[in-house]
Amino acid sequence: MAKTAENTQVRKKAGRISRFNIWGYIFLIPFFAVFVIFQLIPLISTIYNSFFENYMSGLTQIGPNFVGLKNFGKLLQDKDILIYAGNTMIMWVMGFVPQILVSLLLGAWFTNPALRLKGQRFFKTVIYLPNLIMASAFAMLFFTLFSDSGPINSLLIQAGILQQPFKFFSSIWATRTLIAFMNFLMWFGNTTILLMAGMMGIDTSLFEAAEVDGATSTQIFFRITLPLLKPILIYVMITSLIGGLQMFDVPQILTNGSGDPMRSSMTLIMFLNKHLYSKNYGLGGALSVYLFIITAVLSLIVFKVTADPKDHKKH
Amino acid sequence: MEKKEKSSATKVNRVIAYVVLIIFSILCLFWFYVLFINATRSHAALTKGFTSVPGGYLLTNMQNLFKGTLPVVRGMLNSFIVAGVSALISTYFSTMTAFAIHAYDFKFKNVIYTFILAIMMIPTQVTALGFLKLVGAMKLEDNFIPLIVPSIAAPVVFFYMIQYMRSTLPMSLIEAARIDGAGEFHIFNHIVLPLMKPAIAVQAIFAFVSSWNNYFIPSLTLHKDTMKTLPVLIAQLRSADWLKFDMGQVYAMIAFSIFPVIIVYLLLSKYIVGGVTAGGVKG
Repeated sequence: MAKTAENTQVRKKAGRISRFNIWGYIFLIPFFAVFVIFQLIPLISTIYNSFFENYMSGLTQIGPNFVGLKNFGKLLQDKDILIYAGNTMIMWVMGFVPQILVSLLLGAWFTNPALRLKGQRFFKTVIYLPNLIMASAFAMLFFTLFSDSGPINSLLIQAGILQQPFKFFSSIWATRTLIAFMNFLMWFGNTTILLMAGMMGIDTSLFEAAEVDGATSTQIFFRITLPLLKPILIYVMITSLIGGLQMFDVPQILTNGSGDPMRSSMTLIMFLNKHLYSKNYGLGGALSVYLFIITAVLSLIVFKVTADPKDHKKH
Repeated sequence: MEKKEKSSATKVNRVIAYVVLIIFSILCLFWFYVLFINATRSHAALTKGFTSVPGGYLLTNMQNLFKGTLPVVRGMLNSFIVAGVSALISTYFSTMTAFAIHAYDFKFKNVIYTFILAIMMIPTQVTALGFLKLVGAMKLEDNFIPLIVPSIAAPVVFFYMIQYMRSTLPMSLIEAARIDGAGEFHIFNHIVLPLMKPAIAVQAIFAFVSSWNNYFIPSLTLHKDTMKTLPVLIAQLRSADWLKFDMGQVYAMIAFSIFPVIIVYLLLSKYIVGGVTAGGVKG
């Protein structure tokens, strides 16, 4: 008798809980409805379009005709995609290498208790600032500042460094350096703050023990801080690489979409943007699929790097 | 003796650190300083070269800009509507999604959680082609809906919210509210949301700024001048024959897009810089 009563009570309780748990699904509806409509369907449609020949030749519409994997082959044969991938990588590396070095240095200083730096909040606020600036407006600003008759040239001439204006946007490496420099400026504050969080997570007793053993601060940095930061460094590098592949606003505005001089600053997404504008859906689709696959592989690495140590810690 | 040496070495290091930090701070601020100076000077003064003191033309430049051919005021209003509504619904629904995973037990919960984290990295650019076709098919070009509604599904905001919930939202509170007879939706709106306010504020700022700065998708969906957002107008300024423009106006236009964000940032920087760490580092 008592047992049945207990049973019904348990059942009642389970019923009540599952009645509430229905709300778990209900609260997920907005996210998944929007995800399916605005991300999943477009993704499938993009992949689908990559198998078709579909573009405008003058005023005549070609296709859509099913062509299998022809678009993927064509992109590689044309060599353009390889040049643009090369440009993107060059500019990413030029921005990322100084970014990670400066961020490591500043992060190490900010977190070094012996230095006791004052005004940390001020410096962090200032170096993070460029990250929030509208990239297109920032690029437009750099374009006007570095133009032939702009303030930078006039400053350099006033200072006697230059005799006549230097044409920044006619030089391949000046343009690339400016783009990389802007990316550096926009992201080094963010990276510094991320690395600092990683550095502050390191057990301070390790530093104290090393100091007792007579290690110098350089030794401590290279032998303790850096190896322990490895997961977060990999995370920063790969997320930055994913971001680098998406490089668009700055070179697009700076070069007015041309990627000049001689397409040396044309990035992959600028190329995609061109296809989207001219409604060349076949090649645009194939290019998107290539980018999707590369991003997916990189994300998988991030996932592995960041998820594993966390799970180990828990168990 | 050794200790003395060490402390003087620390002093030298400290001086080096300050010098380098000041150099990088200048490197970050210099461009905005030049922008401010140039926005306050007339076209005639600008062509004569750079000076380090502001001129008195800011208001004139602004007036000329507002009277000019680019609908900048309208653009700012458009940007404000898109970014404001995006920030609101992005944080509201991300909190709701996080609450669903945090507070309830149901089948496939862990699968769904992993799935949301997995799609975090998909860039909008790779789905842009299908997105544009969809927007075209729905006849939503020159409409703000395609720029606003997708922000409901924001895995990054979701991830931040669920981490915040795990540290601050006790389940006992929800159970107590249930005993008092409150409905689940009521609990979410009247108990969970107020408790999540600090996290919502931080993420609303980030969502607002990223929408405010967004250029790629708006440049492909907005064609009518009256619907364009600020980044699209800036691009238009760049592609126009800008050399013939009044440069004072060009600088005023750039200042107009950049300085509001800088001012808001300086007012709220305490929360923003803290939010970067909390949201960016997993585990």
